[in-house]
Amino acid sequence: MTVTEEYRAVFAGKVLEELQGILAKYPTKQAALLPALWLVQRERGWISDRNMAEVGEVLGITPAYVKGVVTFYTMYHQHPVGRNFVQVCTTSPCNICGAEGVVKALLEQTGAKDAGATSPDGKWTIIEVECLGACGFATPILINDDFIENVTPDKVADLVKKYR
Amino acid sequence: MGYPNKPHLKETIVLSQHFGDADARTFKGWTKRGGYEALSQAFKMTPVEVIEVVKESGLRGRGGAGFPTGLKWSFMPKEKKKPHYLCVNADESEPGTFKDREIMRWTPHALLEGTAIAAHAIQAEIAYIYIRGEFTEPWTIMEKALAEANAANVFGKIKIVLHRGAGAYICGEETALMNSIEGKRGNPRIKPPFPAAAGLFGMPTTINNVETLTAVPHILKRGAAWYKGLCLSNPKSTGTKLFSVCGHVQRPGNYEVTMGFPLKDLLYEMCGGVPAGRTLKACIPGGSSVPILNREETERTLLDYEGCVAAGSMLGSGGVIVFDDSTDMVYQIMRLARFYAHESCAQCTQCREGTAWTTKIMERILAGQGKMQDLDLLLDLSENMTGKTICVLSDSCAAPVVSGIKKFKNEFEDYITGRRKPVMVA
Repeated sequence: MTVTEEYRAVFAGKVLEELQGILAKYPTKQAALLPALWLVQRERGWISDRNMAEVGEVLGITPAYVKGVVTFYTMYHQHPVGRNFVQVCTTSPCNICGAEGVVKALLEQTGAKDAGATSPDGKWTIIEVECLGACGFATPILINDDFIENVTPDKVADLVKKYR
Repeated sequence: MGYPNKPHLKETIVLSQHFGDADARTFKGWTKRGGYEALSQAFKMTPVEVIEVVKESGLRGRGGAGFPTGLKWSFMPKEKKKPHYLCVNADESEPGTFKDREIMRWTPHALLEGTAIAAHAIQAEIAYIYIRGEFTEPWTIMEKALAEANAANVFGKIKIVLHRGAGAYICGEETALMNSIEGKRGNPRIKPPFPAAAGLFGMPTTINNVETLTAVPHILKRGAAWYKGLCLSNPKSTGTKLFSVCGHVQRPGNYEVTMGFPLKDLLYEMCGGVPAGRTLKACIPGGSSVPILNREETERTLLDYEGCVAAGSMLGSGGVIVFDDSTDMVYQIMRLARFYAHESCAQCTQCREGTAWTTKIMERILAGQGKMQDLDLLLDLSENMTGKTICVLSDSCAAPVVSGIKKFKNEFEDYITGRRKPVMVA
């Protein structure tokens, strides 16, 4: 790994205290792995190899093991994403209600070239995801932590304006 | 209540009584509505007494498998030699299903109360509620409710912990969920040992679905006989069930009906049927993992565990997906196959390869490059994906494919013979 600047630990001060609170909830240290990774992502926006090594060190597991877990779960970002990370459900129930049109409208209006690519201004990453568990409110989308129901292509312009 | 719709006269409102009522989310509001009375009652009973009441009620698991809840609890060691754990499965990810989300969103204390009662019944000191990562709103609401309930000290010695998932459908499988809590990849485990012998952290564990546990306080308060009496068809299916209806219906949402209720009435009367000018083509009654029903089968299905099997499908999680005559069934079945290919944990060959190849062949057909033999190939693949793996994800991928080819073969043939223009690029 090429070291370009000094590494700033995630688990220090308040975040370390938070982790200690989490550790108290489980009988093993490893069980705090998913919550610890959520803390890293909240603090840094994504989870780098160096972050994974730190998590491993704090919890007493190897970096390779941490990476194996990170790569299993789709919500952990292994690369930086746009300031607004948008997940659009396109599984069958939403698909038949027009979800693909929502993706298309989002890509067009944010300037992101393709699903998964970040817009040139760095503000938007749009991805298609499988079932978000809100099929009766098609199409649901997540913009960062905001869960938005009943999105249709004609509502996309206002949403993009609001989050821009 | 079919939130956001008004309750329908034919609904039997038990679990959904306070859906849409924000005051019921608060501890004060919940106790004002009789909340936590059942828990106090349970604490005055022995664990075995609680288990007996739940057994007698006939309550069965609402997550998909339909296993009798009281019986499951009774598998836990009576004499406690090691820590016992309760896991609550709130990893609701089955396409078509969104009932647990509404329970947590509107009645978080109902779930917490049911959880504490179950923990008392199986003598667990800690209950982990595993909430899928995408459920940001239910998480915030549950977190607040738990803090309020803890401040009021209603759970006694029982500790309830919320655990956030991170995007993996397979973690809804019971042993995958346990691995996930332990900080591992969400791979299902080979059984036996079953969770009651060696589950979470290797200790005796029970795992229940959100809706199952939410029914428990009602059973304790109103009695097993009352719950057992809620039955319109087969006596083996009792109580009420939340059905999440989505897809091509006028009023999608959650509807609560007594077990044995006709699917036809749910769709045509309560949900207002398919959009004007269209007709019903197909329906998946229990989440995407169960076989597809055609119109005729849909119209004669009674919604309970046995009724769905009799019609050729399964009750599953109660996620009802409706397709009208505008639907390209081949495309939608491909979407479902793609879902399973995406969600496979990749442990078992039949699943890892089978879900990927099924998707690939379906895409090939949709691109106008399918051959007639592809249909046999898909069925052969499905055969090898059924009953041969650690968990049922692979079987779930095969279900819509096999039933789809059987019931909508002409649509596959139209793509293969060129009668229908390709909708995908190879």
